[in-house]
Amino acid sequence: MTQVALPIVDRPAEKKIKLDHTNAARAFVTNPDRAPWHDESLWFVRSKRDKQASIIPEWEYLRSLASQVKTATIANLGDYLVEFERNATDAGAVVHWAADAKEHNRIVLGILRDHETTKIVKSKSMLTEECGLNHFLEDNGIDVVDTDLGERIVQLRHETPSHIVLPAIHLKKEEVGETFHEHLGTEKGAKDPKYLAEAARGHLRDKFLAGEVGITGVNFGIAETGGVVVCTNEGNADLGASLPRVHIACMGIEKLVPRLHDLGIFTRLLGRSATGQPITAYTSHFHGPRDENSELHIVLVDNGRSKLRQSDEFRAAMHCIRCGACMNTCPVYRRSGGHSYQATVPGPIGSVLSPTRDLKEHKSLPYACSLCGSCTDVCPVKIPLHHQLLAWRKEIGFMNLLSYDKRISMKAASILFRSAKLFSFAGWVGRKALKVLPHWVTHQRFNTWTIARELPKPPKESFRSWYAKNRNSETPKG
Amino acid sequence: MAVALFIPCYLDQFYPNVAIATLELLESLGLDVVFPTDQTCCGQPMANTGCNNDCAPVARRFVEIFSPYETIVCPSGSCTSMVRNHYDDYFEKGDEKFQHVKNRTFDLCEFLYDELKIKELKSDGKPVRFPHKVSLHQSCHGLRELRLSSCSENMTKRENKVRGLLDLVEGIEWCTLSRVDECCGFGGTFAVNEPDVSASMGRDRIADHVASGSEVMVSADMSCLMHLQGLIRREKTPIQVMHVAEILAGRPLPS
Ligand code: SF4
Repeated sequence: MTQVALPIVDRPAEKKIKLDHTNAARAFVTNPDRAPWHDESLWFVRSKRDKQASIIPEWEYLRSLASQVKTATIANLGDYLVEFERNATDAGAVVHWAADAKEHNRIVLGILRDHETTKIVKSKSMLTEECGLNHFLEDNGIDVVDTDLGERIVQLRHETPSHIVLPAIHLKKEEVGETFHEHLGTEKGAKDPKYLAEAARGHLRDKFLAGEVGITGVNFGIAETGGVVVCTNEGNADLGASLPRVHIACMGIEKLVPRLHDLGIFTRLLGRSATGQPITAYTSHFHGPRDENSELHIVLVDNGRSKLRQSDEFRAAMHCIRCGACMNTCPVYRRSGGHSYQATVPGPIGSVLSPTRDLKEHKSLPYACSLCGSCTDVCPVKIPLHHQLLAWRKEIGFMNLLSYDKRISMKAASILFRSAKLFSFAGWVGRKALKVLPHWVTHQRFNTWTIARELPKPPKESFRSWYAKNRNSETPKG
Repeated sequence: MAVALFIPCYLDQFYPNVAIATLELLESLGLDVVFPTDQTCCGQPMANTGCNNDCAPVARRFVEIFSPYETIVCPSGSCTSMVRNHYDDYFEKGDEKFQHVKNRTFDLCEFLYDELKIKELKSDGKPVRFPHKVSLHQSCHGLRELRLSSCSENMTKRENKVRGLLDLVEGIEWCTLSRVDECCGFGGTFAVNEPDVSASMGRDRIADHVASGSEVMVSADMSCLMHLQGLIRREKTPIQVMHVAEILAGRPLPS
């Protein structure tokens, strides 16, 4: 260590009271241009995924295999981590362990300070996003450049990614044009994707050349070899890891697979599920530093994962390979946009993971779901996502975190449904009321059903009363 | 065979015609059908909100009422799925009454298709006809919890039980949707918790059916149709909705 200890600025994360999903989503979903366009863009990706999956005869077999491998890995995670550390160290990498986000950030900063660097290039990593690394480094005088095109766009706009694979999918090309005009000096009003991508490429090239340390995420860590695998479509991770002398790979502890042999299952599923490509364009393996002048640091991060591992109900969420397919298929995500989830990971898997961190803060997310189950069936590693969301609702009810009106209405319903007499009487009253009350009384703004929908037309009589008149015997027959 | 009808609460109160069609359809197939009049609701709204304590007595009551019957049939996928897939929380593992009800509760379509394996449909001695342009709305719970049909995400053999039954009806002209099994946005209490997203999903669903040239969208789940019909009536969209039981029972298009 050559460095005199510098002070570390570590702002506590701001605790904002979050809007519930319904309110956070409103502007997006009611915007007649944005929601349908966002929906279409993601549906297009989902359709590409279907096509790619359908030409693999063993697709469902691969999903089962992936799920089994993950279940076995998570069950023996401690052993595999030790094996991974040993093999990675043998290959010349330095392995660091971080219990939480804060420790992760401090480890990264420590490495940067050891190398007296203030310029880093960073390729896409949801883990560093989860840890708030960018802000932390910026607060400590480090210039962080995200090199994934989508991430660079949201970084320039001071936004967060709205999707884990397509970080800027919520933006239209006109908006990207504006951002680039402002920050990169492209022509005003430019919206040609090719022109804009070219401008970004030029801009990033300079940054790559100036970067002194490259940070990447990790898609897979291999216990048997101690290697890490990074998948990108733009090749930016390779540049970021190869141009600078120092590569820091930040990896959640659940990213392990036992053997190199298992990797093929996941790489075949990942590209197809994520974007409908047969394979991700760049799948790069790093086994130790590239030469004696270089360094590879691997930061293994827990940050709540061990706690998740202890939960029988939610453990399978650790299978996630962050392909984003559940977002692309989710009809709620497609219409409400990623930012409405107010969490690092949006969509179905985000709604499962966020409450594991802070249930109170994210308690509306398990309800931002129609329980259609499409996410569960699309998930390449078979996480029962919609059942986990339902399980969260149970937990929320159990913890007494439900709003007063929900609690009371469900109590009332329970009492009502315990008596056929009471139920038919209430039904009769309801049907009569619908018939005699003027439309404006039954269809007003306090009744959220009728904001966009008519109530059903009340029939003359209920089925039970029809039945009593038209069929008389009711003896149990066995 | 004796069959107990499980008519979900909202069908009983708002869609008696669907319940009557179900009853008459089953009777026309020679079954001995009863409606245990003490029934109310399966408890799904409470369970889906997370109020398991409020759901428990309703679920137990349900099993008490239906356990004496050999077979229980319900014209609604999501209510059937509630009993079959989500009741375990409320009963001890070895509870025989519950196990019986769980194993013997069927959605109407799967009962006709898997259990009775019907090969023809007659109404008043004549083959059932429905000479209209029809599009199929698949309810998510029927699709992905009861597997009434293979869903588009899974790369399994394509089978569709609801469509298989409707193919026994003469004269149907099928209209194809661009998104074959997209959710309509009802989702029980979701429809009132997330009204904007729910309505937006519903409108898109209707637009797809209308664009297919369909005159009537048919579904095995009236709850999806209740939500869609609410939007159709508000926006005066030129399309009708019908429950599959009504078509199988030979009912005409409502005028
Ligand atoms: S939960 Fe499944 S579908 Fe969603 S991102 Fe993770 S692996 Fe992909």
